[in-house]
Amino acid sequence: MELVCPAGGLPALRAAVDNGADWVYAGLRDDTNARNFPGLNFDPASLAEGIAYAHRRARKVVLAVNTYPQSANWARWTGAIDRAAALGVDAVILADPGLMRYASRCHPGLELHLSVQGSATSYEALNFFHEHFGVRRAVLPRVLSVAQVEQVARRTPVEIEVFGFGGLCVMAEGRCSLSGYACGESPNTAGACSPAWAVRWKETPAGLESRLNGVLIDRYAQGERAAYPTVCKGRYRAGDQVYYAFEEPVSLNTLELLPKFRAIGVRAVKIEGRQRSPVYVAQVTRVWREAIDTLKNAGKLKPEWLAQLARHAEGAQCTLGAFSRPWK
Amino acid sequence: MKLALGPLLYYWPRERVFAFYREVAASPADVVYLGEVVCARRHEISPDDWIAIGRGLVAAGKQVVLSAQALTESEGELKLLRRVAANGEFRVEANDWGAVRLLAGTPDWVAGPHLNVYNPATLGLLHELGARRWVAPFEATRNLLAGALARRPPGMQAELFAHGRIPLAHSARCFTARRFNLQKEACEYRCLDFPDGMALDTREGQPFLAVNGVQTQSAAVYSLMRDVHELRAAGLDLARISPQSRGTAELLRAWRRALDGEPGSARFANGFWHGRPGIEAA
Repeated sequence: MELVCPAGGLPALRAAVDNGADWVYAGLRDDTNARNFPGLNFDPASLAEGIAYAHRRARKVVLAVNTYPQSANWARWTGAIDRAAALGVDAVILADPGLMRYASRCHPGLELHLSVQGSATSYEALNFFHEHFGVRRAVLPRVLSVAQVEQVARRTPVEIEVFGFGGLCVMAEGRCSLSGYACGESPNTAGACSPAWAVRWKETPAGLESRLNGVLIDRYAQGERAAYPTVCKGRYRAGDQVYYAFEEPVSLNTLELLPKFRAIGVRAVKIEGRQRSPVYVAQVTRVWREAIDTLKNAGKLKPEWLAQLARHAEGAQCTLGAFSRPWK
Repeated sequence: MKLALGPLLYYWPRERVFAFYREVAASPADVVYLGEVVCARRHEISPDDWIAIGRGLVAAGKQVVLSAQALTESEGELKLLRRVAANGEFRVEANDWGAVRLLAGTPDWVAGPHLNVYNPATLGLLHELGARRWVAPFEATRNLLAGALARRPPGMQAELFAHGRIPLAHSARCFTARRFNLQKEACEYRCLDFPDGMALDTREGQPFLAVNGVQTQSAAVYSLMRDVHELRAAGLDLARISPQSRGTAELLRAWRRALDGEPGSARFANGFWHGRPGIEAA
């Protein structure tokens, strides 16, 4: 099983490679990828340097070009793919089918991965992308249970990559315009969810308030742990109840499912967090590398790994997400 | 421009659904989409019932399209999808790429709003695979629509969600069940209690979202009725109205009048179309 780790810049890329990532995923410094945050990501020169660094150590780099281009800005996305191919990346992660066709025709040697933003949740969908564009690997949306992942893996030649750790979308990726509804920018079109420019924090007599483009997402009493105001992690009122209507602010951590993932043929585990620090990348990568290697040699999971990962969880709480479905 | 009635997104009691479509048969809708798009657990209306309702609407002069589920996870849902795709009687609206695989090569199907078709390249691909109607994404702006249609494939119609609470997100989790601390697989079908979804207000009382099982909608009714001239200029062929529990037939009549030149003056959220946050009324 391969370990796929995030890099929001060169220091994180080096940290991922040095600590045992098989793949590092990265994005360019614009809206062609789903972590279009100010100050994050790579320009062509730093990407070239990162690829060289990884290749010298026999690791791979995959470029995420996983937002949806429109007619007016199409050339920026095809330009990103052309640049990726010219720089010698090992694969690109795409969501848009039109773009996938472009890549498969113009760069037939370029390996294609289907982004989680492509929202392919069944083997029928994966097989479509395989048959039409030769997609080799797919990142599954975080909506499937382990049994459902197994069903998918059995019925497709596409390699399966699942999210193992990090921030958690409650909604099916690529199927969510909650952020766009509140502030005009959504992951599909702008590569951003709850962008920083739209977020406001304010101390009020009623507590600390977080707003997204003016919409009150949550209000925290003294001592309550505040979370970044994405729409799906807010507290709202339904009838007489005020509660986390969708999900508590928790992180995904599937370390304990790793043996099961191996058994059902999952090819790669992905760590979320291109927006996180190089320290996060280094420490989380190291734990997962050790876990994968230990299991490969028939060893057992160590409790201290969970404790180490828990320190990096958002909201300091972890969940198995849709994989285990306590809510099913 | 033609008037389309989108699939019923809510879970209503059986008799109410039949009564609703009897009313629709007499309405000015040109095209009616039928079927369960949101949740496979809903069973008041069986696949055979939808076919029967469809036949009634065809007899009333409507074009009928069967809509496939937006988010397919289980083998059972794929079975249902295959059944819809192979129904042999009505056009089918694909709402994920698994459905596209099943329909590819068959003539005259509909590329639904959940497919994320944002550009001419993907639109052209769908045309090659046999799609002859494209329903634009819910968050489509006028620039997206005009841009995608600048090189319109021959015979491809364009449709847009133009009135109703916007489906903003889908999840594996059921948020209606969550509200009542129920498990999804033992949800007691609480959606039946919310014929227009369950309102979610912010903690300062602003109506914000509506929970419809695994689907999350806008609380605000989105409407492009005042933008009809722009819809037409962008090349739109059909405006989609989303069923609501009250007044749908009257709404369809109002839309017919709007398409015939009386756009009305009511102010609704319409931000997406204008490149603004969807919640805004531009």
